[in-house]
Amino acid sequence: MTAVHDAHTAHEAVVHGTHLLRWIPLLPLIGATINFLGGRRIQASFGRFGVAALATLMPLLSFVLVMASFFQLTGLPVEERTLVDYVAPWIHIGSLNADIALQFDPLTAVMTIVITGIGSLIHIYSYGYMDEEPAAWRFFALLNLFMFAMLTLVLGDNLLIMFVGWEGVGLCSWALIGFWFSEEANAKAGNKAFIVNRIGDFGFLLGLFLLFWTLDGHGQSTIVFRELATAAGALEGETLWGLSVATLVTLFFFVGATGKSAQIPLYVWLPDAMAGPTPVSALIHAATMVTAGVYMIARMNFLFTMAPITLEVVAYIGAATALFAATIGLAQNDIKKVLAYSTVSQLGYMFMAMGVGAYAAGVFHLMTHAFFKACLFLGSGSVIHAMHHEQDMRNMGGLRKYMPRTFWTFLIATIAIAGVPGTAGFFSKDEILWKAYLHHPALWAAGFAGAGMTAFYMFRLVFMTFFGECRADEHTREHLHESSGWMTWPLIILAAGSILSGYIGIPPALGGSNPFEHFLEPVLGGHGHGGVHGHHDLMLEYTYMAMSVGIATTGIFLAYLMYNRRLINPDWFSRAGGGALYKLIYNKYYIDEIYYGTFLNGTIGLARMLSWFDRTIVDGIVNGLASITLVVSYINGRIDHYVVDGLVNFIANFTGWFGGVMRRFQTGSINAYLYGIVVVVTAVLFASTW
Amino acid sequence: MEGMSLWPVVFYLLAAIAIVGAGGVAFSRNIIYSALSLMVSFLGVAGLYVMLNADFVAGVQVLIYVGGVLVLTLFAVMLTAQIQEVEVSNRSVGRIPALVIVAGTFAVLWGAFRAASWREAPMELADSSTYEVGNALLTTYILPFELASIVLLSVLVGAVVLSRKELSEERGAGGDA
Amino acid sequence: MLAEVGLHHFLFVGLALFCAGMFCVLTRRNAIGVLMGVELILNAANVNYIAFSRYSAGGYDGQVFSIFVIMLAAAEAAIGLAIVLAIYRRFHSIDVSDMQQLHW
Repeated sequence: MTAVHDAHTAHEAVVHGTHLLRWIPLLPLIGATINFLGGRRIQASFGRFGVAALATLMPLLSFVLVMASFFQLTGLPVEERTLVDYVAPWIHIGSLNADIALQFDPLTAVMTIVITGIGSLIHIYSYGYMDEEPAAWRFFALLNLFMFAMLTLVLGDNLLIMFVGWEGVGLCSWALIGFWFSEEANAKAGNKAFIVNRIGDFGFLLGLFLLFWTLDGHGQSTIVFRELATAAGALEGETLWGLSVATLVTLFFFVGATGKSAQIPLYVWLPDAMAGPTPVSALIHAATMVTAGVYMIARMNFLFTMAPITLEVVAYIGAATALFAATIGLAQNDIKKVLAYSTVSQLGYMFMAMGVGAYAAGVFHLMTHAFFKACLFLGSGSVIHAMHHEQDMRNMGGLRKYMPRTFWTFLIATIAIAGVPGTAGFFSKDEILWKAYLHHPALWAAGFAGAGMTAFYMFRLVFMTFFGECRADEHTREHLHESSGWMTWPLIILAAGSILSGYIGIPPALGGSNPFEHFLEPVLGGHGHGGVHGHHDLMLEYTYMAMSVGIATTGIFLAYLMYNRRLINPDWFSRAGGGALYKLIYNKYYIDEIYYGTFLNGTIGLARMLSWFDRTIVDGIVNGLASITLVVSYINGRIDHYVVDGLVNFIANFTGWFGGVMRRFQTGSINAYLYGIVVVVTAVLFASTW
Repeated sequence: MEGMSLWPVVFYLLAAIAIVGAGGVAFSRNIIYSALSLMVSFLGVAGLYVMLNADFVAGVQVLIYVGGVLVLTLFAVMLTAQIQEVEVSNRSVGRIPALVIVAGTFAVLWGAFRAASWREAPMELADSSTYEVGNALLTTYILPFELASIVLLSVLVGAVVLSRKELSEERGAGGDA
Repeated sequence: MLAEVGLHHFLFVGLALFCAGMFCVLTRRNAIGVLMGVELILNAANVNYIAFSRYSAGGYDGQVFSIFVIMLAAAEAAIGLAIVLAIYRRFHSIDVSDMQQLHW
């Protein structure tokens, strides 16, 4: 352990310096650089294995470093659990001081373990999935680059480094979603993701600016998280435009979170993002990038605690998103779209948790969700790969005979997401529902309904894909086989994690000590808002736990009846009410179309207006000036030609003429010369007598 | 004294010699005649010099002008003319305009001379001036004296160069002047 | 006429010589004739010098000057006649009006 080197004053917490942290993001960056610059050649010489091995090695090494840092952390006393790696000075302008420095505290530990662990598994899986991809080197380079950006995001010790990572993951997301950009639809999906993200980033920046500006007004100009925790007290009582500054700042930050983590109203990019390769969907859009918003709120929980209005907003938007996305997921037929909306919905649960102050519960769900959602996406990838890139569930069926390992891991993950007791999903989701109920029953109700729908549509997916008659055509059916070990082993590990990862967060109500929450206490504070925990509430908690189990079971049973036994005809639902309701949710409530009609057309219209202005008025002025210049220059030319040249020519001609006249004096006749001399002398003499 | 009253007579005589000689130079048709008239004029002027108490200069005048320049001129005449011809042409043209100008000049200068008030010293005999002139040449006017020697040297060289015979020309005993 | 000979008498002589010389210069076509005119002019100047030397403060400066003038006249005559000789060799004529090669 390196000695303490801390330039802060005594009342700051003790931090431990280290030089190890920087390698956690740097190793993937090195891998990305090598693959970008020489990947084509490595792939030519060593095949896809060479590229993939290099690319997978990096996050694995980072994972090792993360675990080492984690164990170092646990060896420290609780108040000192922060490692800081000061890499280099960066910005020192006026009162803004932001250096390149990384920090590692319990929250970071959770995030980095998830990122590097699940990231490495996905790298391994990708080698199997991208076996026919000629540009594999570019894929792996981008994956590594994404790892670098995401790790920077969570390891950064100040808001600017975090923002660098924030932007970086947005960029890599764009590049990876549009990986097969030769199809225009894929490129457009990438653009949509990036642009919508940018809108959110704008909110993030506004929050950052407002925060710094206000703090600077109090002389507390810092954006380092450790220092913000104490400096944020300066925001007490500050108001702007009728709201407290803390509320405004956190609202702006939350806008950024809705963009990055796909909440209402900026979630629209995530379903389109399924155009990217499935490992990308697993890594970025399930396990890591979309969780950045949740991480951000957790990291700055002290700010959010100061802004109860924002927390309300966060909670209600989270709840609304959870319910809203679940309803859309009921009617989708593309396997990846179902999972996409499921992700949006689960993210809503996380935000709901953050909004009611249950920060630890939100982070807990983040972790468990990473496991089972990654498993689900990778499993769907396995299915899609076997079905030769068929993604419509209506053409699948009965695959459990052909792909047993995929089936079992997928089933385990589905059970977890449905919230069946004993799985990680149960513990985390239930924690959230309980904390939500304690805050306001309406939130609980939304989450409750969402949970039921989640169970339903996930099992609908399972039944349609793995059970029943295989509806695929002859050719595909003949080629159906289990995926390679490269793909199935990560599935197995993730499935295990879907169950086991929950056991570190068993709440006291069920006899556990919730070590997870205790671990995160130095960062997230103790038991957040949630009301008083008393023994008499325990019965209530059990009741609600039972209700969660009940609704999940109902959903599973309903799906079983409809899609396995075919006892209830799904068409009855889709034709209810003249089919209008079905059409509504099938078409995602036409939100994309509404956005297109209002914002996009509005912007395009504005652009057209400005273009007209530029073409007509501005260009008119410029062209007019050009014409004037031409006229002036023509006049100048004429003046130059006639006046100036005329003058010059006149002088020359005159000189010539005069010379012609004068040279007649040179007669060569000596007599004449002598005459000249004499005459002049005489004249002078004559003149001198006057 | 009575000798003093001869003074103007002597003057007028010598002046007449000088002026008639000059007229001969100006109006003579034969160049040999012009040259000889020039000699006469020189001698008259030398006499005037003696009258003016400049005996050394008179001697110089005779020696150099008559003995040097005139002989040189005669040599040049002989070298540049077909000697068989008796009459060497010495035409003059444009006499009338020249007379006009000359008369004008004469009038102007004579008017100036008469108008000016000259300080005059009386006419009397004096000692020989040779000593004085020689002294002045070698003391006060030593620099011009030396420069004059250089000038004469350069003239000597220049004259030789200028009148050197071309290689392509065949001239019997013709030599340098 | 039999009055004292004054300065102006000598000046008259000089002036006459000068005008005669100038007449020669202006009219003569023979190059040597022109040079004779120049000699006359120089003589006229000498007469003036000597006259003034005699009739003014009584120094001998004028005489010294006239010696130099004589010397220079001789020099100039030598060179001039050498040039005339050279011209005669080239053009076989010493008529001034024949030598118009330096015209424009």
